[in-house]
Amino acid sequence: MELVRISTAGNVDDGKSTLIGRLLYDHGALTHEQQELIERKSREKGWDDLDFSVLTDGLVAEREQGITIDVAHIYFSADNRKFIVADSPGHVEYTRNMVTGASTSDISIILVDARNGLKEQTFRHVYISALLKVKAVVFCINKMDLVGYDEDRYLEIAASIQRMIEKLGTPIPYSVVPISSLKGDNVVHRSENMSWYQGKTLDQLLHSPIEKDRSEAFRFDVQLVQHVQNEEFTDYRAYLGRVVSGKVNVGDRIVALPSGRKATVQEILQFKDKREKAVKNDCVSIILDDQIDISRGALLTNENNLPIAQTTLQAKLVWLNEKTISPGAKLIIKAHSREVAGKLSQINGAIDPTTFEIAREKQLIELNDIVLVELKLSQELFFDNYNENAGNGVFLVIDTTSNATLAVGFVTRETS
Amino acid sequence: MKNQHLYELENESIYIIREVAGQFKKPVLLFSGGKDSIVLAHLIKKAFYPARIPFRFLHVDTGHNFSETIEFRDRFVRELDVELIVRYVQDSIDQNKAVEETGKHASRNGLQTVTLLDSIEEFGFDACLGGARRDEEKSRAKERIFSVRDDFGQWDYKRQRPEPFQLLNGKINHGENVRVFPISNWTEQDVWSYILQENLELPEIYFAHERALIERDGALLAHSEFLNSVPTDRKTTAHVRFRTVGDMTCTAAVLSNASSIEEIMEENQNSGRSERGARIDDKRSEAALEERKKGGYF
Repeated sequence: MELVRISTAGNVDDGKSTLIGRLLYDHGALTHEQQELIERKSREKGWDDLDFSVLTDGLVAEREQGITIDVAHIYFSADNRKFIVADSPGHVEYTRNMVTGASTSDISIILVDARNGLKEQTFRHVYISALLKVKAVVFCINKMDLVGYDEDRYLEIAASIQRMIEKLGTPIPYSVVPISSLKGDNVVHRSENMSWYQGKTLDQLLHSPIEKDRSEAFRFDVQLVQHVQNEEFTDYRAYLGRVVSGKVNVGDRIVALPSGRKATVQEILQFKDKREKAVKNDCVSIILDDQIDISRGALLTNENNLPIAQTTLQAKLVWLNEKTISPGAKLIIKAHSREVAGKLSQINGAIDPTTFEIAREKQLIELNDIVLVELKLSQELFFDNYNENAGNGVFLVIDTTSNATLAVGFVTRETS
Repeated sequence: MKNQHLYELENESIYIIREVAGQFKKPVLLFSGGKDSIVLAHLIKKAFYPARIPFRFLHVDTGHNFSETIEFRDRFVRELDVELIVRYVQDSIDQNKAVEETGKHASRNGLQTVTLLDSIEEFGFDACLGGARRDEEKSRAKERIFSVRDDFGQWDYKRQRPEPFQLLNGKINHGENVRVFPISNWTEQDVWSYILQENLELPEIYFAHERALIERDGALLAHSEFLNSVPTDRKTTAHVRFRTVGDMTCTAAVLSNASSIEEIMEENQNSGRSERGARIDDKRSEAALEERKKGGYF
C-alpha cells in the first residue's frame, strides 16, 4: 500500500468533519461502534441526516462548542492507498493547528460553502497550502444540495478560485469538485443530482498519482553518534540520522558541517541490512572511511553542493503562539537536531494571507501572523533556501523560558 | 518486497525514537507486554542496533494482569537484555495514595496513574515512551508525538506544541516530562501486519484458546478472582482470544478460532469492530479517556 497524507481546511461550518465522516462511511471503513454512535447522536440532536462530526471532535470542549479546536488524525485504507487525514480546525484563532496538520500533507482539501463562496479563511488556507508546498489542492464546493445542485453557482465559484490562484502567483496544481458531504454527492459515489459534472469525484482525486519530489542536494541530519566496541564489533562508529533531502550512495564523498571535514561513505546500514543508497526520509546509519569530527546536530552534505553557513538569517515566520514579540527578543532556533541561540533583529514586513499583500509597517509579532524577518544567530546554521530545498529550509522558533514552540520558519534568502 | 507504507511508518518511528535518545537524559519505555509495546520495543532495538537499547523499561503492574502476559514480559526483557522496573498499584493502595474501586465495574486501570506518576518522580524520568496510537480512540487522535505534561502529569490540549514537518521540540523545564508516542500513526492493522512481517512473538492470550469466562452485559470477561461478581453474571466456557491486553477486569474476549496472525487479521477485518470496543474502561463515557489523560493517565 502507498501512504498518502491529506489535510482538510476550510471556514468554520463548511463541514470538514462531516466530509471525513462521509468518506469513511461510504468506504465502509467505520466500525459498528462508530456507526452506532453516529446514528445515536444524530437521533439525539433530531437530525434527519447523519451527524458525522461526532467521529472526529474528540475533545469535550469541541463537542460542547460544536467546533474543531485541534487537529484530529483519522486513518483509513481504500484501493491500495493508506490515508492519514489531518482534520484541521477552521477558526482563525486555530490557524496554527492547520499549519501543523498541513505541513506533512501531500494533498490539501479546502472546503467552500456553495452558499457563501470564497471567504477570508479560503484565501488564508490557500496561501498556507502553497507555502507548505502540498502537492495538490482539492477545492470541494460543499453543500451543493443547499443551492439546488446549481451548475451556474458551481461555475461562478470555480471562476473565483481561478482568479484567487492567479493572484497568489505561486503555481499550485488544483482541482475543483462540487459535492454534498451530508448527502454523499461526488464524495465516493458519483452524484445523480449533478449529471452536468463530468469531472472526477473527490475519491478519484485522492487516488490520483502523487507528484514525486524533484531532485535535491543530499542533506543528512545526524541525530546520534554511535560508538560500539564488543566481541562482534570492534571500534564500530556510525552516524544515525535521517536523509532530509536528496540521496546518498556508498562511495560518495561527503562534507560534515560545521567542521567542514571530508570523508567517503563506506557503509549505509538499516538495522542488519547493508544498503547501496539511502533516499529522502530514510533513517539509516552511515559509516565513513575516516574518523572526523561529527556530533549530534551535524549535517552531512554533498561535496559539491553545499548549503550556506549563516549567522544572519532572512526568513518567513508563521507565528503559532499567544506570546507576542518585538525586535530584540531572544529566541532558540532549532534546525533539525541543531539548536542555536538567536535574536529577532528586525521585522521586514507582514503578509496579509487574505489578500496576499505585504505590509511594511510591523513592530509586534502576534498569534497567526505571517511575517518576513531577519534573525541573528549566535552560531552558524547550514540552511538551503526553502524554495530550492524544502527539507533543509525549515526551522522551529522556541521560547527561551517556557520552551514552547513559538513559530515555524522558512528560509527565504541567504546572506552570509 | 516489503510493504511500502509499513516501511515509511517504521522509518518515522525510528526517527522519533532516536530523537528521544538525543533530546532526553532519562527516557523510559512503558512496557506492558501487550502487542503495541512489543512492536515499540522491537523498533527501539532496530533503532540502536548494534548498540544496546539505551532505555530502561517500566511496567506499572496492577496485579490484575493475565499471568501469560507477565510470564511473556519477563522472558521478553531477559532475551532483549534490558533492565525492567516493576512498580505495583497494590503498593500505592497500601500507602493510601490510591483507593480501590468498588462495585461491579471495579478496575485498577485508572489507579495506574498514581503509581506511574510516583515512578516518574522516583527515577526522575524525563521522557516516557508508550505504544499508544491515534486510531485507538478519538481523544488519542488529538495527541502530538511529543506530549508535554506538567509536574502533575496533566495533559492540556491548549498547551500542545505544534509539530510542523515533524520537527520535535522536547525542551522542558524542571519537573515537566514528555510522553512520546512513536507509533502514533500506526493503525491496529498496521501493527498486526508488522508483527507478521517481522515475525514477532506475542503472549498466548492473543491467539484463540479455551477459557472459563463470565458473561456480563453482552461482554465476555476472563473468569478471575479479581472480578467483583454480581448475581446477573453468567459462567461459561468458550473458545476465545483477546484483541488488546489490559487488566483481566476490563478487557473483554472475542469468540475466535484464530491460531495464526493471518487468521487474527482476517477475523479483525471481518468483525466490523475496533479493538477498543473490548475495553470496558473506555465505555464509561464518551469522554472517559480524555478525563483520565488530563489526570496524568498514559
